[in-house]
Amino acid sequence: IMKNKFGFRQQMIAKGKNASELFPAVVKNVASKNIEIKKLVYVYLVRYAEEQQDLALLSISTFQRALKDPNQLIRASALRVLSSIRVPIIVPIMMLAIKEASADLSPYVRKNAAHAIQKLYSLDPEQKEMLIEVIEKLLKDKSTLVAGSVVMAFEEVCPDRIDLIHKNYRKLCNLLVDVEEWGQVVIIHMLTRYARTQFVSPWKEDDGLEDNEKNFYESDDEQKEKTDQRKKPYTMDPDHRLLIRNTKPLLQSRNAAVVMAVAQLYWHISPKSEVGIISKSLVRLLRSNREVQYIVLQNIATMSIQRKGMFEPYLKSFYVRSTDPTMIKTLKLEILTNLANEANISTLLREFQTYVKSQDKQFAAATIQTIGRCATNISEVTDTCLNGLVCLLSNRDEIVVAESVVVIKKLLQMQPAQHGEIIKHMAKLLDSITVPVARASILWLIGENCERVPKIAPDVLRKMAKSFTSEDDLVKLQILNLGAKLYLTNSRQTKLLTQYILNLGKYDQNYDIRDRTRFIRQLIVPNEKSGALSKYAKKIFLAQKPAPLLESPFKDRDHFQLGTLSHTLNTKATGYLELSNWPEVAPDPSVRNVEVIELAKEWTPAGKAKKENPAKKFYSESEEEEDSSDSSSDSGEVYNSLKKLCSLQLICYASNNTVRPST
Amino acid sequence: MIHSLFLINSSGDIFLEKHWKSVVSRSVCDYFFEAQERATEAENVPPVIPTPHHYLLSVYRHKIFFVAVIQTEVPPLFVIEFLHRVVDTFQDYFGVCSEPVIKDNVVVVYEVLEEMLDNGFPLATESNILKELIKPPTILRTVVNTITGMEKGETHRELPSWLPTGQLSSGALAKDWIDAIIDKSGSTITAEIQGVIDACVKLTGMPDLTLSFMNPRLLDDVSFHPCVRFKRWESERILSFIPPDGNFRLLSYHVSAQNLVAIPVYVKHNISFRDSSSLGRFEITVGPKQTMGKTIEGVIVTSQMPKGVLNMSLTPSQGTHTFDPVTKMLSWDVGKINPQKLPSLKGTMSLQAGASKPDENPTINLQFKIQQLAISGLKVNRLDMYGEKYKPFKGIKYMTKAGKFQVRT
Repeated sequence: IMKNKFGFRQQMIAKGKNASELFPAVVKNVASKNIEIKKLVYVYLVRYAEEQQDLALLSISTFQRALKDPNQLIRASALRVLSSIRVPIIVPIMMLAIKEASADLSPYVRKNAAHAIQKLYSLDPEQKEMLIEVIEKLLKDKSTLVAGSVVMAFEEVCPDRIDLIHKNYRKLCNLLVDVEEWGQVVIIHMLTRYARTQFVSPWKEDDGLEDNEKNFYESDDEQKEKTDQRKKPYTMDPDHRLLIRNTKPLLQSRNAAVVMAVAQLYWHISPKSEVGIISKSLVRLLRSNREVQYIVLQNIATMSIQRKGMFEPYLKSFYVRSTDPTMIKTLKLEILTNLANEANISTLLREFQTYVKSQDKQFAAATIQTIGRCATNISEVTDTCLNGLVCLLSNRDEIVVAESVVVIKKLLQMQPAQHGEIIKHMAKLLDSITVPVARASILWLIGENCERVPKIAPDVLRKMAKSFTSEDDLVKLQILNLGAKLYLTNSRQTKLLTQYILNLGKYDQNYDIRDRTRFIRQLIVPNEKSGALSKYAKKIFLAQKPAPLLESPFKDRDHFQLGTLSHTLNTKATGYLELSNWPEVAPDPSVRNVEVIELAKEWTPAGKAKKENPAKKFYSESEEEEDSSDSSSDSGEVYNSLKKLCSLQLICYASNNTVRPST
Repeated sequence: MIHSLFLINSSGDIFLEKHWKSVVSRSVCDYFFEAQERATEAENVPPVIPTPHHYLLSVYRHKIFFVAVIQTEVPPLFVIEFLHRVVDTFQDYFGVCSEPVIKDNVVVVYEVLEEMLDNGFPLATESNILKELIKPPTILRTVVNTITGMEKGETHRELPSWLPTGQLSSGALAKDWIDAIIDKSGSTITAEIQGVIDACVKLTGMPDLTLSFMNPRLLDDVSFHPCVRFKRWESERILSFIPPDGNFRLLSYHVSAQNLVAIPVYVKHNISFRDSSSLGRFEITVGPKQTMGKTIEGVIVTSQMPKGVLNMSLTPSQGTHTFDPVTKMLSWDVGKINPQKLPSLKGTMSLQAGASKPDENPTINLQFKIQQLAISGLKVNRLDMYGEKYKPFKGIKYMTKAGKFQVRT
């Protein structure tokens, strides 16, 4: 009966209704021995305490008693609820409780203490210094249960106190496999930042293939600089290697967030030659839900711009299915474009032909843009692509035609000389096509090339003069431009036409168009008032215009740490922590030494190896595997210990149920 | 990390909210509704939506949007993966995850959510562990399961039906999925096999299980349930684990791309539109290809017809078909394929008068199932139990299903 009553209240909370008038009646039940009721009261208390602070205080003494309970689960849950009550007056009580709990024998209670740190910090930021002390203490904890939670607290309270990590770095690396999956994500992200401040860049020496290509274009001076650097051989700090090695098995995690976290760690801190191993795991994530696909594809898009080779073997995994949502389709297209090269472009273009016919017109339009970008990136196929796009001009769908026109315009701008035919073809289109952007593009193209199509251009202007008033603003502006350009090159045929258009523009409803008209008239029609500028009118209007760059929206997006919210949004999110550049000189590595004899021993062989083989990485492949086998126990163990913990809790339920109060 | 969670149904009602820190007003969802309107289709709503003070991360499953509100930088996959875990948990608790079921079990839902996150950070996300903390509603569950025939939940629902009840048992189901794109002429553009091994364990004590494969080399890329010992897989290619109770996904795998994928079905199609006529012809036949002598069942053919198609008048040689003139979705529930008498669907399409013929023929999506066969050839060698004295029932089944199987026409 009692449970039903509370259930009802729960429903009210869940539906967002205000159940606060029941508060006093509910709070009384906090002392109830029935653990189910207790829990419900807890939920209720946490939700409404902020609004009814005085009454909430009534329950505090019960929690204080529960904090001393012999049962670890009761201690933990009391701390959990106490720290969730957002009432400033109990801050000292909370602080005391957290301090005590952080020294508790049970790792589960210590885990809850780590969670409580963040809660107290958000309630009262002035406790920061005291809380940092607790964090420092909990960071030393060797339990896998605590590690994730305390690092989370560290990230929230004092992410800049990197000095607290030094002594715990190796321990965290070694525990990592055994930490629960959510903790792993947090720790990996933190350690990525740590590595970027403490180790020197591993990228100088073993550059990937792509980077060699880049070297080819670099000037000689830079080459020299590089070789100079090469004289000092690079050796990776063993701690740096430890992190890279210990995160590798986590690529096999079932949790997409963990896989992505490891992938970004490899991207940001491992030598370029080793990044390749993450591709397979990322491609695996693409078989997951739509939302996971969306985020992973974005990250692959960023990576594939810089390193095509990584994802080229998986080209077909990015082929679009008709059932994919549009946002997934466009991301896949983006990646396909990045991966396109001389060898695979013909296969890709065949695939694109299918996409262009898609019933999803937005996607078809995106495909046309893609073809345009491939055409500019790979000069071998520019003509093929252009011909293909011209064929699309006779497509029945207007969006497709319009998009083709826009893309052709961009392509022609890059190599205008030999394409008179295409321009003629497009001029004819003006009779049928109605999409403003496309019309404007055609007009601009004719204006730019008016001397190459001397017969057609004036005729187009004549038609446009007729329809001027009914055109879209965008098109009107281009008509004015076309008129001006023709007036300058072929004034004999077009003088009157242009003046007629300028008169129409003068009285247009849109002030932009009126402005432009006035400007053009002053510039091209010489009169006594016109200044020195009109002499240069031809140079101004028919100047050589730089071809537009068809660039990926994902270019340079990796200045945001991959896998972060900021990367997804491409703007800095609140609380985003910058990834620092590699230091020129590594800070003292001995800060990470721990005064435990066994640990110190483990690290001496590495030091020796350094002397023997200074030029290369001193961990050979075989050595790596040996080391990893003894570095830590197994992830299965945490799970099993959790399982035991739960059976403990069951026992405590049973004992509580025997003394169920009569209601 | 995760501040609040809102559950929104397809008609835009917020029917459940839960806050793990201070309360965030539900008006924050207005930004979500705006995005939803812009997206026209539910699956096109962006999973990440920035608002002036918060970020909304959402997943869409079972016609419900699960919208998480966060305030500061967090790996988006962290939140998305968690939300999916919430849905999986509900499904595991209630058999189905739908608005009425969530509303009916609001107390349990609330308790579960409370246990899953503490101050926005995941605490207990394993449904086996959660079930020991909060009991699932048993009566309702059995009722739901009998009514729905346990087919709604894709995850592990197929398992327990064949395991002996009331006996200590452990069973595993290896499921292969074929993803493929077949082009017009019937040649394969891409095809790959992925799969999972779902386990159902009902054992007492602390049994330590090992599962070995005849051909572990087939598995190119794997991911494990956290109970699996990674080191033993690395060194011996053996799955060694102490299983949680009940159903769980032991392993997901991808079969290496070097192996040629056997395509078990083919579709013969003749779909033609003519420019002048307002009638189009439609004919498809489905037949078995490389099935290793097994029957293909549960075949369902769906296809999104072009907008110009007004109606279709078709006759199937077997099964039932529907065509929705509004969404233009054709669906044909074929059932089993009898190799002697191939199922076909023939007839005409009436097209909008005067409209020009569509650019593209529709793509055909195929679903099917083959029992007792893992098309990848994966075979479990043995399943052993250590650490406990008793002899449990052990079983392993295989199955092949169509994943995303598309035929372009």
